[in-house]
Amino acid sequence: MIEICPLADLPAGEAKRVLVPPHPPIAVFHTEDGAVYALDDTCTHQDASLADGWVEDCRVECPLHASTFDLRTGGVDQPPAKVGVRAHAVTVQDGTIYVELSDETPNLPPGVSYGASA
Amino acid sequence: MKRTLVVVGASLAGLSTARAARAQGFDGRVIVIGDEEHRPYDRPPLSKQFLDGSMSEADLALEAPDEDLDVEWVLGQRALQLDPSTRSVLIAGGRQIVADDVVVATGARARWLNLSGSQLPGVHILRTLEDAQGLRADLLPGKRLVVVGAGFIGAEIASTAKKLGLDVTVLEVAPTPLAGPLGVTMGEVIGRLHEAHGVDLRTGVTIDHVEGVDRVTGVELADSTVLEADVVVAGVGATPNVEWLRDTDLDLANGVVCDAVGGTGIPHVAAVGDCAAWLDPAYGQPRRIEHWTGALDRPAVAVANLLGTGATVKPVAPPYFWSDQYDSRLQFTGASSNADRISFEVGSPDDDSYLAVYWEGDVAIGALGVNCVRPFTKFRRELATRVTQQV
Ligand SMILES: Cc1cc2nc3c(=O)[nH]c(=O)nc-3n(C[C@H](O)[C@H](O)[C@H](O)COP(=O)(O)OP(=O)(O)OC[C@H]3O[C@@H](n4cnc5c(N)ncnc54)[C@H](O)[C@@H]3O)c2cc1C
Ligand code: FES
Repeated sequence: MIEICPLADLPAGEAKRVLVPPHPPIAVFHTEDGAVYALDDTCTHQDASLADGWVEDCRVECPLHASTFDLRTGGVDQPPAKVGVRAHAVTVQDGTIYVELSDETPNLPPGVSYGASA
Repeated sequence: MKRTLVVVGASLAGLSTARAARAQGFDGRVIVIGDEEHRPYDRPPLSKQFLDGSMSEADLALEAPDEDLDVEWVLGQRALQLDPSTRSVLIAGGRQIVADDVVVATGARARWLNLSGSQLPGVHILRTLEDAQGLRADLLPGKRLVVVGAGFIGAEIASTAKKLGLDVTVLEVAPTPLAGPLGVTMGEVIGRLHEAHGVDLRTGVTIDHVEGVDRVTGVELADSTVLEADVVVAGVGATPNVEWLRDTDLDLANGVVCDAVGGTGIPHVAAVGDCAAWLDPAYGQPRRIEHWTGALDRPAVAVANLLGTGATVKPVAPPYFWSDQYDSRLQFTGASSNADRISFEVGSPDDDSYLAVYWEGDVAIGALGVNCVRPFTKFRRELATRVTQQV
């Protein structure tokens, strides 16, 4: 489990990018209705940070080209991204956000690699 | 008999139409006719990641590997004519495909340079996969490239070619590049990216002809300057593919002129994507918008209206496009043309990252973000919310 930050530091409606080397960065989302989710941060289409995207109805829209990803599953809805991102398990304990990284292989976009996953 | 939807044009707008029809519960036949041999592929990377080799042909596919829309693809076949009374589409070879509903999604084609010598080998345009493959083969390190037109596609090709090690000159007839989409102030700022990256941008320049015997060797300008070149590429705009609709009553003044939901005035015929000029309620006139996101999102609106699916669809959002040039990620939304002032909400034009907001009086009507993804996205959403609530 990785300690992310106190819940109070991530207001509802906000998202943050968290570096977890050697793994690809993750994005942690605190939705308007109070839930916290974590996905791989890098869009599977190109090198965009999903933490910069727009969250609506439990999906995040990539800030560049309109694919949206389900915050619960990482599943993608429409092109140009064709595969989903990994979803990571989140727990909030004593006011702190923790993430358990998925052990699936990440779906990184062409030309992008991070440490051990390269 | 099952209701038949025929989509003409098998690219982003055509695929999005087929997808929208299925997503909205249409269970009739869907036939997609396209004159390219390929299943729908993505064009924006053709001037960027495909051209520099970081994306492969397989990466361009727009369909997901496991996607099954139950579509009959009629590929490598050009639609020649539409008979609006029987709603039949004539394709090459004399075959008639009869439809209950027709969606026109034939997009646009790159304009060719209308100059002596422009047919020489080594002179390129860029719209299709084959164009990109041909251009890529010519973009060899150390060669001299002249790009005609400093619009988005010209600027992207220049930036990719520079990265590949070519010596690049960009020629623009207007005094300021990108003044149309971005306005003069920001067009000027973005134009400076060329110089900052060692590319020679010359504005206010007219070309007289292209030089060469068996292959291009240069271009001669109207003032008789000769620029030597091994490769020339034109990025001088696109023409909507609507000639095949000539014999109909469709209004083809600027692509297919449509109402605010893609209706053409002929019952059961709609038009979407780069070939269509939808009524923009904010401006009270049709605007033909050649952006990827328009071709992606608007078909859902057109299909709901055309097929009467009763589906709730996302209302038409203000235009949005992006462009990648050198190390800059440009994003633009809204409109610049009526702006009387620009403010910098993040950074300044001298920074690598900034957000420029366009104002008409005290209303923010558009924004340009450069390497400024999060604030730009926030602005884009606020604008979309405001505009769609007004309509
Ligand atoms: C090099 C390049 C880079 C781009 N970069 C960006 C970018 O960074 N950002 C952005 O927002 N937009 C960009 N665009 C624009 C974007 O790609 C278009 O807006 C989008 O492709 C429009 O989709 P469409 O389906 O309407 O038309 P098109 O993609 O033009 O597709 C139309 C299809 O119909 C076919 N067709 C035409 N006539 C007939 C006929 N009579 N019968 C059968 N088939 C026919 C055509 O061959 C084509 O396959 C770029 C375009 C190009 C060429
Ligand atoms: S980078 Fe996310 S959809 Fe293109």
